[in-house]
Formats: sequence, C-alpha cells, structure tokens
Amino acid sequence: MSAPTQVLFDEPGPKSRRNNVILSIVSALVLLAIAAFVIWKFADAGQLEADKWYPFTFAQIQMVLLQGMIATLKVAVVASVLAMVVGIVFALLRLSNKKVISVPGTIVLEFFRGVPVLLLIFAMFLMFGNDIGPFWSVVFGLTLYNGMVLAEIIRAGILAVPTGQREAAMAIGLRPGQVMSLVLMPQALRAMMPTIIAQIVVLLKDSALGFIVTYQDLLYQVNLIGREYNNLLPTFIVGAVLFIIINMIVAAFARWLESRLQRKTTANTEAEGLSAKIVD
Amino acid sequence: MDFLELLQMFLSGAWGTIKLFTVALIGSMVLGTILAAMRVSPTPVLRAAASTYINVVRNTPLTLVMFFCAFGLPFLDIRFGSTSSFNSFVYATIALTAYTACFVAETLKSGIATIPVGQAEAARAVGLSFGQTLGQVILPQAFRTVIPPLGSVIIAMLKNTSIASAFNNRELISAMRNAIEVRGDLVIPLLFGTALAYLILALVLGRVFDYLEKKLVIMR
Repeated sequence: MSAPTQVLFDEPGPKSRRNNVILSIVSALVLLAIAAFVIWKFADAGQLEADKWYPFTFAQIQMVLLQGMIATLKVAVVASVLAMVVGIVFALLRLSNKKVISVPGTIVLEFFRGVPVLLLIFAMFLMFGNDIGPFWSVVFGLTLYNGMVLAEIIRAGILAVPTGQREAAMAIGLRPGQVMSLVLMPQALRAMMPTIIAQIVVLLKDSALGFIVTYQDLLYQVNLIGREYNNLLPTFIVGAVLFIIINMIVAAFARWLESRLQRKTTANTEAEGLSAKIVD
Repeated sequence: MDFLELLQMFLSGAWGTIKLFTVALIGSMVLGTILAAMRVSPTPVLRAAASTYINVVRNTPLTLVMFFCAFGLPFLDIRFGSTSSFNSFVYATIALTAYTACFVAETLKSGIATIPVGQAEAARAVGLSFGQTLGQVILPQAFRTVIPPLGSVIIAMLKNTSIASAFNNRELISAMRNAIEVRGDLVIPLLFGTALAYLILALVLGRVFDYLEKKLVIMR
C-alpha cells in the first residue's frame, strides 16, 4: 500500500515549508513545556533527588527486581505453553462436525473469552487458592482466557488452509486425525504465528495482574521497594522500563517472524483478513 | 446480608463499571483521534511524539499504568477532588484513557490507510488544507471503515475496567470482593453472577456495534 500519509498534504512549497518549520518549532516547544512540567512536578515532589535513585546501585535491590522479573516471566511462559495446548484442543472441539462436541465447546469458549481475565484469576484464587497458591491461580486464569483466544486464532488458521490440502490428504488415504495433525495443523500454526505471538505479548502484559492476588512478581517487588525506600516513582519507572524492554523484544521477534513467514504459505493471505479481527 | 442487599451492592458496582467505561470511552476516542491525526500530520515533531507515546504506553501493562496513576499521581500532588473515592475514579479513568487511546489511534491509522488515495488527492485538488482534508474527507470515512475492529478495542476496554478494582475504584469486581467477604458461602454464585454481568454488558456493546456496522460501514 502506498503511504497515504504523503497524499494527505502536498509537496510543500516555500510558504508551507516556512509554516511547517514554524509549526515544528511551536509543537516542539509545547512538548518540551509538557516534559518540563512533568520533570518539575517530579522534582517538586523530591523524586529526582539522588538518594531516591541511589538504592538501584545496591546489588540486593537489583536481585529483588531480577527475582520479580523472573517470577513474571515464569508465569508468562508456563501460561503460554498451557494456553497453546488449550487453544489447540478447543480449536479442534469447535471444528468437530458432531454437534454434541462443537456446541458445548463453543459455549465454554465464548464464556471464558467474554469475561475479564482478572475475574478468572480471582475465581481461581478464591476457589482453589488455598490448594494451588497464587502462582497457579494466575497461570490458570491466564491460560483459560488466552487459551480461548488462541483457539479462535488457530481455528481461523485451519479454516484458511485451502480445501485442496485436506482433499489431497484424504485422497492418499490419511485418517482424519492424520489429516489434521500432519497437514492442516502445521500449516495453520505457521500462517497464524505472528497473531499467536501478538496474543502471547498480551498474555505477558496481563501477567502483571499477579500482583493483585499477592503473587510476588515484578510489580509486587516494585511496590515493596518503593514503599521501603520511599521512592515509589523512581522504582515504578525502572519497573516500567523493564516491562517495556521485554515486550518490545517479543514484539520485534513477532515482526521478524512475520517477515520471514510471508509468501511461504498459501494460507497466509486468507488468514490475514481473519487475524485482523483479533485484538487484545 | 440478604439477597436484596447483595443485589443492591452489585448494581452499584455495575454502575461504577458503566461510569468508568463511558468516561474512558469518550476520553480514549478523543485522545486516540488526536494521536492518529498527529501520526499522519505534516509536522515530523508531532509524528515522532505520537508514535513514541503509542509505542511506550502500548507496551506497558495496563496494571502498571494504573499503578502509576493511582500511587504516583498523589505523590506528585496531582489531585482532582476532595474525596478519595472521586480521586480513585479519576486516576482509573486517566489510566484507562491513556492506555486505550493507543489502540484507538492504531486502529484509526489502519482505517486511514484503507481510504482510496483518490479521496485525498481530490480533496487537495479542490484546495482543502491538511486539516480540512483529514477532518472533513478522510477521518469520517476512516471511522466508518474501522467500526468492527474498533468494537473489539472497546469491548477489550470494558473488560479492562476490571483492573481498576485493585486501585480502590468502585466497580463490579470490587463489589464482588466485598460481597464475598460478607457471604463467604456464596463464592461460586457471586463469581458466576459477576461473570454474567460482564457478559451481558459485552453482549449489549456487541449489538450496538453490529447495528453501527450495518448502518455505517462502507463496502468497498
């Protein structure tokens, strides 16, 4: 697609070039003023003093932050793996041509997909928290929600594989299970990989909810350090930067994967339209 | 605590969710449109500022954004009213608006990209300025094109209002937690009732967007 941003305005002539420069300067000044206001507010509240930032040079604090980050990643990794399993299972349930299987599957899927993930985490925590602890409460809550979203993504991928593939597989005598596992599923997963990773990023972001059910993740440690050293805002900024870096790495990986996978599967173009519907 | 009192508690929680949702919806639409306009504007400074904002906030968990608003803004002496419950509400609204606006802006930008180039060329040819081209020709069409994905963003925001419960805002989840505290024997019905409330709200929203889609979406 040709960039429409260039079409919205003309190639600037001398007058609009001058206007553009003026506008650039004015908007830069406004943005700088906003930034200055924020910094002044921070300074005014005493959040920029060296002793607020000094604790981050302690090895102990760095260790605690690292532990929090590992705890967050642990939840995200375990939940991602389980959610993929749930996703594949429910995609198959919904694709089943027996109504007895596909209808209950659809109802369960729509239920878990329609409620906030935090509610599912709370439900796990309140019902089984004493037995399974906060870690598994968060993992199961995230798994249920994201598993259902992934199921829809995978199902869309399977439906987007050209029918000739299924017919050919059946023609050479593969059983239905083999058609799915050897022919359709690999192509669907490959075509949908960018969307699946985008959903994993959502899961990773949602893993920050663990702090609400007393799981000792990055946000929990940020809160703890911030109150202990009375430097909540600096600790918050450090924690946010850690989160943003992780997410940007995963997102960049998704983009790289997308560019690699492009034009390699026939299902890709059809799947694109379907995957565009899936957000957050 | 009898059934009626529980119901009353839930209704006030649902009202809190709807209030937060409505204010954040308006806020994120306005901010999202501004961010999208900045991203396609002729001024490089504004383009860079908008895309930096979107990339940073979009990659931050909403919990973290709320955390900053609920715990950080009071530190910076930014307060909005005399009561702490009103303050919590405003902080939650700011966080939800700031976060959702990124997704609204991204959706709108992809909508702008689908408008045929000829539309903008024609607008320029009749002498419209950038602001007129965008505001009177491109954006109205872009909005109508992106109604389905915008619906997904808005429904995601409805579910995201739940996170505000962790930061002293009164809404459905906090009502549920209070109810469970006094009636521990009713954990499962209370959880199920809350889930049902969200499903109903999402269903209504879905219907509204289906209607809008049928009325407004431009077929190409």
